[in-house]
Amino acid sequence: MTEGNRGKGRRLGRLLLLCLGFALFRPAPAAAADPFAGLASPDFSRIEQAVEALAASGNPRAAALIDALAANRLYTWRWPRPDNGLFIKEPDGGFVAARTGEKIATPPFPVIRPVIVNDMVRSAIEAARGMLDLLSPALAVRGKAAEALFEAADPASLKLIDVALARERNPGVRRLLLEAQAAARLNSAATSIAERIAAVKVVAGRGDLPARALLASLGSAPSPVARAAAAAVHQIDRTLALWNVLETVYYGISLGSVLLLAAAGLAITFGVMGVINMAHGEIVMVGAYTTLVVQQVVAATFPAFSNESLILSIPAAFLVAGLLGIVIEQTLIRFLYGRPLETLLATWGLSLVLIQTVRSIFGPTNQDVSSPAWMSGAVHLGGLTLTLNRLWIIAFTIATLALLMAVLSHTRLGLSMRAVTQNRRMAAAMGIRTPLVDALTFGLGCGIAGIAGVALSQIDNVSPNLGQSYIIDSFLVVVFGGVGNLWGAVVAALILGIVNMVLEPIAGAVLGKIAVLVLLILFIQRRPRGLFPVRGRAVEA
Amino acid sequence: MGQKTEEALVGLDGLKLGRREFGGLGMGVAAAAATLGTASLVSRAARAAGDKIKVGILHSLSGTMAISEAPLKDVMLMLIDQQNKTMGGVMGKELVPVVVDPASNWPLFAEKAHELLSVEKVAAIFGCWTSVSRKSVLPVFEQLNGILYYPVQYEGQECSRNVFYTGAAPNQQAIPAVDYLMNQVGVKRWVLAGTDYVYPRTTNKILEAYLKQKGVNSADIMINYTPFGYSNWQSIIAEIKSFGSAGKKTAVVSTINGDANVPFYKELGNQGIKATDIPVVAFSVGEQELAGIDTAPLVGQLAAWNYFESVDTPANKKFIADFKAFVKNDKRVTNDPMEAHYIGFNMWVKAVEKAGTTDPTSVIDAMIGVAHPNLTGDFATMMPNHHLSKPVLIGEVQANGQFSVVYQTPGLVVAQPWSPYLPESKNLIGDWLPPMSCGNYDVVAGRCLGRTQKS
Repeated sequence: MTEGNRGKGRRLGRLLLLCLGFALFRPAPAAAADPFAGLASPDFSRIEQAVEALAASGNPRAAALIDALAANRLYTWRWPRPDNGLFIKEPDGGFVAARTGEKIATPPFPVIRPVIVNDMVRSAIEAARGMLDLLSPALAVRGKAAEALFEAADPASLKLIDVALARERNPGVRRLLLEAQAAARLNSAATSIAERIAAVKVVAGRGDLPARALLASLGSAPSPVARAAAAAVHQIDRTLALWNVLETVYYGISLGSVLLLAAAGLAITFGVMGVINMAHGEIVMVGAYTTLVVQQVVAATFPAFSNESLILSIPAAFLVAGLLGIVIEQTLIRFLYGRPLETLLATWGLSLVLIQTVRSIFGPTNQDVSSPAWMSGAVHLGGLTLTLNRLWIIAFTIATLALLMAVLSHTRLGLSMRAVTQNRRMAAAMGIRTPLVDALTFGLGCGIAGIAGVALSQIDNVSPNLGQSYIIDSFLVVVFGGVGNLWGAVVAALILGIVNMVLEPIAGAVLGKIAVLVLLILFIQRRPRGLFPVRGRAVEA
Repeated sequence: MGQKTEEALVGLDGLKLGRREFGGLGMGVAAAAATLGTASLVSRAARAAGDKIKVGILHSLSGTMAISEAPLKDVMLMLIDQQNKTMGGVMGKELVPVVVDPASNWPLFAEKAHELLSVEKVAAIFGCWTSVSRKSVLPVFEQLNGILYYPVQYEGQECSRNVFYTGAAPNQQAIPAVDYLMNQVGVKRWVLAGTDYVYPRTTNKILEAYLKQKGVNSADIMINYTPFGYSNWQSIIAEIKSFGSAGKKTAVVSTINGDANVPFYKELGNQGIKATDIPVVAFSVGEQELAGIDTAPLVGQLAAWNYFESVDTPANKKFIADFKAFVKNDKRVTNDPMEAHYIGFNMWVKAVEKAGTTDPTSVIDAMIGVAHPNLTGDFATMMPNHHLSKPVLIGEVQANGQFSVVYQTPGLVVAQPWSPYLPESKNLIGDWLPPMSCGNYDVVAGRCLGRTQKS
């Protein structure tokens, strides 16, 4: 895809060739140069060459040395000495001589320095480690090595690919190898023009970004090849443009699901109960901090389950935020029903109190909530790259919303909630204990906000200011969708997400946001009750 | 330049200065300075006459910038404490820190600076972080003739008589980093990504002009701005990825500031972009910013600074140990602006001792030429343009949240506050030594632009 990758792959190819050469002909070990010497140099390119030479040398100490280098455990003299001494720091703190593996009794610590690795050396290390991968019994490892060869597109690896193709039985890896072969032929002077044009077709068949990068770099090839490549790039660009539309929609849905999750709790407290809760963002923040605490407790007590601590955080955050909500309702909000201005001021004050409390307990800095392994990385679907954390959040939002709707429409609590919000006095007359229902409804809304905090801890910074960045968006979603209407919030969040993502590449993130806000203001002026206004008697209540 | 022209220059300059003082300082002060010089000196001396010298600390202890600025307050308290304990203060007088909290609120910075200078009558102020806060206090310092030590790397295009810029100018951070990527890594295509405010916009303007001068096509430069605290990076990262697939090595030069960095690097990791594919070099990510976040997705990414905590020198080891002991927390980290304060404070002490007074005018003159060892070795010298000479280090993020130095400029780099790559500032230099005594001298027109050109 990039030259870095290509360089890595080219090295890989070179190393593999060397390795095969050794395997086939068993030459006498090169007596002349010390393959280790370059490692003691302060010059990165010499370290890089030394890593390549070492990997190809078949030296039994090579693997240990390269591993030590990768882990920053390889040391050399602080000031160069003729013997180019190299030492490996063992995990127990002792040192061994790198060339022989013998233990050193007195560590030469003050006069040595670690051998520093930069990105260039790191890719050489990766290539050296990946050298044996093409012959590995594991399918995935072979596939990765073939992919690296494709990106390298190095004519020198053609022979190697032939050898691997003759052995390979798996159709998937075979296809990758054939593509790698075509890529290598593109740059090969020994290949005929006709073969190279055929290779362009094979590469173009992939239709992805690495293939495009490869074909785009063929500008200086003989003109028939360059023409074919340019046509192929054009074709790929057209296909990619289609994928781009899908990608934008996906990004829009993903942003929309985040907005929806943050707004779902508010859709209950503000939408259903009519409480303008300015501390909503801070309840979300409390949920995120609950995730942090659960993670730390799990890591301290059951380190084996730390990958699953996030699942435990969901009920924990719901309970903590929900209970906090009930306490807030009982001590503050219930005295202010029907006085929206006072509620607004009181909850805003409460939000400041919560921010400062969290800052006093956890400090003002960002907290480290690590993502579990199953939420890191991405899946590739055609031309789409779907990052896993966003996919999980979309699924999580759908699940949360489904559960919320089920509670509202199929449980006794939900029925009471709707009754109380629609006609409080009538509900009371029917024997519903309205103060209790109020407290539980507010608790439910806050609990949902707490769950949103769990999800946001995976994509945003966990800091005392977390809630402030979501409060405005949450109100926007609820007001835009129509107060009191959960489905309205769903549609509103998706529209806001997609419009944002469509505008962003055109206008930039800053202007895009402004444009969205302006559009919203115009819309609300036309339709003050939002997309889906609630009709009927509830409005007058 | 001949003798005659030089004299003419002085005359012209003096006239300009006089007028400026007259307008800026107000009639009373100007008159006192001009006619009752001795009397004013006496009153200044009386200010410090007790056995104490007050030092102002102007860093946000609350609000969004508290994460970065609060540790600088701790460093200042430590330095003042050390000076009092080991040297008995300055000139036998005890130093007293005066800490105020401007609360990440830019106009409040100006108010607090005014309070420190006119009510507390501090001898010097160490403070500010963001460029907008510095711009906010600048008129206060120029009006009341205070001294500000500004410890953070910034965008340049400024050179005030009342400010000592102990952080890096663009040619001491941004330009060497781009050179490293261009020459050592072979980068041909550039993404300039930043947060939307004055520092990234000016820096990117300079970098764009620099890259174009180096023969980079405008089609190979992508510029992107995002708001503070931005977290929804997916489409921008996808854009960078497709920008990077044009068959040329691509790198991201990031002036993304503050909180937005963590989701940015997380998204890079999730979309499978490694430092070996598209490296990111950041100018605002240091040890403090990495503290307490999961550094696994960042390993191998680059940062350019003039100091790293990991640099292994005896002076740095002692500084780190002292700081950890002073704040009684073994997990705290040190970073580049802390070193800048360390150098700035020690230089101020030397300048006060050299001048024999804390009178700002004398101290400002005494500051030029003062040298102090860097924590990373070699000496920092205060140049006539009120900037330091600095080594430039490029580091790669390690799994432990520290940086390992992969490149260092061969010698010290002297600051160019006015960028030679921008048409509006390419002829300007700052030199506060007489006879020039000017922050923005136009070498082609041969005159001092004075206050009109301060951007």
